[in-house]
Amino acid sequence: MSLEQKELTLNMGPQHPSTHGVLRVIVTLDGERVVKAVPVIGYLHTGIEKTMESKLYYKALPCTDRMDYLAPMSNNLGYCLAVEKLMEIEVPEKVKWARVCLAELTRIKSHLVWLGTHALDLGAMSMLLFTFRDREMIVDVYEACGGQRMMTSYIRIGGLSHELPPDFEKKVRRVIKEIPAKLNDYEDLLTKNEIFINRTRNVAVISAEDAINYGLSGPMLRGSGVKHDLRKANPYSGYENFDFEVPVGKKGDAYDRYLLRLEEIRQSLRIIEQALDGMPEGPYRAHVPGVVLPPKEDVLYKMESLIFHFKIITEGFKSPKGAVYQGIESPKGELGFYISSDGSNKPNRIRVRPPSFVNLASLPKLTEGGLFSDVVCAIGSIDIVLGEVDR
Amino acid sequence: MLEMIIISSVKVIVVVVAVLTCCAWSTWLERKVVAYMQHRMGPTLAGPFGLLQPIADALKLIFKEDLVPKSVEKVTFALAPIISFVPAILTFAVVPFAADFEFFGYQVTGIISDLNIGVLFVFAVTSLGIYGIVLAGWSSGSKYSLMGALRATAQMISYEVGYGLSIIGVILVANTLSMKELVEMQGSDSIWFFQNWFVFKQPLGFLLFLTCAVAETNRCPFDMAEAESELVAGYHTEYSSMRFSMFFISEYANMLAVSAVGATLFFGGWQGPLLPSVLWLLLKMFLFMFFYIWLRGTLPRFRYDQLMNFGWKVLFPLALLNTMITAAFVMID
Repeated sequence: MSLEQKELTLNMGPQHPSTHGVLRVIVTLDGERVVKAVPVIGYLHTGIEKTMESKLYYKALPCTDRMDYLAPMSNNLGYCLAVEKLMEIEVPEKVKWARVCLAELTRIKSHLVWLGTHALDLGAMSMLLFTFRDREMIVDVYEACGGQRMMTSYIRIGGLSHELPPDFEKKVRRVIKEIPAKLNDYEDLLTKNEIFINRTRNVAVISAEDAINYGLSGPMLRGSGVKHDLRKANPYSGYENFDFEVPVGKKGDAYDRYLLRLEEIRQSLRIIEQALDGMPEGPYRAHVPGVVLPPKEDVLYKMESLIFHFKIITEGFKSPKGAVYQGIESPKGELGFYISSDGSNKPNRIRVRPPSFVNLASLPKLTEGGLFSDVVCAIGSIDIVLGEVDR
Repeated sequence: MLEMIIISSVKVIVVVVAVLTCCAWSTWLERKVVAYMQHRMGPTLAGPFGLLQPIADALKLIFKEDLVPKSVEKVTFALAPIISFVPAILTFAVVPFAADFEFFGYQVTGIISDLNIGVLFVFAVTSLGIYGIVLAGWSSGSKYSLMGALRATAQMISYEVGYGLSIIGVILVANTLSMKELVEMQGSDSIWFFQNWFVFKQPLGFLLFLTCAVAETNRCPFDMAEAESELVAGYHTEYSSMRFSMFFISEYANMLAVSAVGATLFFGGWQGPLLPSVLWLLLKMFLFMFFYIWLRGTLPRFRYDQLMNFGWKVLFPLALLNTMITAAFVMID
């Protein structure tokens, strides 16, 4: 006689400490072994794409902050680049360099939060506090720039919302100076830690072939050894002027992705340093009357600027008919904005290609045959933000 | 006869109250130490340095609603916290807490009960505590609790053996099972007051004991049974109010118990110069507690299967080896 054995279906989320928001995963377990893990999404659906379609191009911008709220500047950048492509606006050199600088700061910030939460999922509680402490420096830069710490909306169509603050360079230099030492601290705590290695080595593995087939991007793709980075493959915003490496992993497991993200932080610091050193002088907004908002100083003293300002704010600008797609390398992978225009002052259709959403689809593959604890590790190592997954 | 009963009762009350007080303030200690490790302040509002925080916590928990979900088995559900709590306190019955002293003309021994098999009693009682966790998980009727209980069971099986074997070395060297005699053997009048501590005769045994003790008390990095990032709160997911705090207190009481046992077996218990003997024991226990908290501030959590591997393939053979080597040395002597 044998006892009847049944598989256990466990509902993980949407309220669960380590599903990074409101992700729900239906896990089928055989003891502690995972038979199947299916992500269920939609609990944070806010209709961002649809909302953007009902707004003028300018006014749709703040919606992008709310998607990947850990990397707002990257989202701003992606959207602005797409609109600029549609409107054929050429931004000043200084704006490009400043945007690169801000986007790389955003990458560091996003990776720091990822590191903290991923380590917390694995039980190393202190890391979360450490990374949040260090992230503060970057949030301070944001605050100095646009006045906001989280939903910045600082990068605008055709330029930036304000001139870079006077102490911008000092604040960013501080980041460049202090982050490497902190990274070494993190490495001391985790990289050679036997428990951490055991928890992440050969866990949540995805081969290069599978990674491509699933359409993964960002660290998830590069972790498997595919050297693909939009900053190199399809440079935007002047990335071709910068000298940096694209790190890749070997095995495609969680540990590789951990090392890779740390290396990406180091490379980002290199880019920021170059951007600061070589930042050209110039206006902080392109001069395209009727499309790009004139600088605030001009609005106060010049008649034409005031009129354009009024017209752009009230009725926006007419876009040419057509469709554009602009992808950027956000911290989490390829973030793409597809805008189709019917010639009116509002986008006809906006479709976002969120990296988290596509990467999350690989969860069943990552957790196949692993243990229950590995599900948590896999979710953490994908680096999802539910705001972006559900939009 | 009556005299003896009164003296013993007083000792029991004093020890239990002291242990419970220590439990309360070790939560404060943990919060403070971990906070400073993480560049935070920890509790600061309740009293100076947040010292009244444990009282505030206790009051809050008492006034919380005691929720009992429909799916639980009521009797077991109610019993489990008690089963987990009582053995933790029981351990202190055989831990010598001070040297013999005179109190209002009465000669008082610094131990509640000088059991001649004290060490065995300790290990028997501490193993019982895990049943509280297992029963809590089973009776809760929740999948997360169930998994917590399963993990606790597996962990208990893997670590109990190593835990027991790790102290056999000490027993072989000392040739006694009485905790009181063990402490007395470790005393020394010379300026090197620590020269007779068993930690120097049994370094490997001590390391094994330390590791197993962490697993025994379900503390990080072996906190599989409650692993909050996976199992929400593990075996006590469905518990609330005072029942929850019973588990909470028993976790700390267990930590204190293994600290006291560790201090007694390896660090000479209350033995030490200048300071009163009770303080010496408390100081040594504090070092153990600090070590636990330090671990929690530093290490990630083991995975279930890795933990079993570690228990059976590393700790168990090492403990056996330690026992054999010690036995050989004792025979040669």
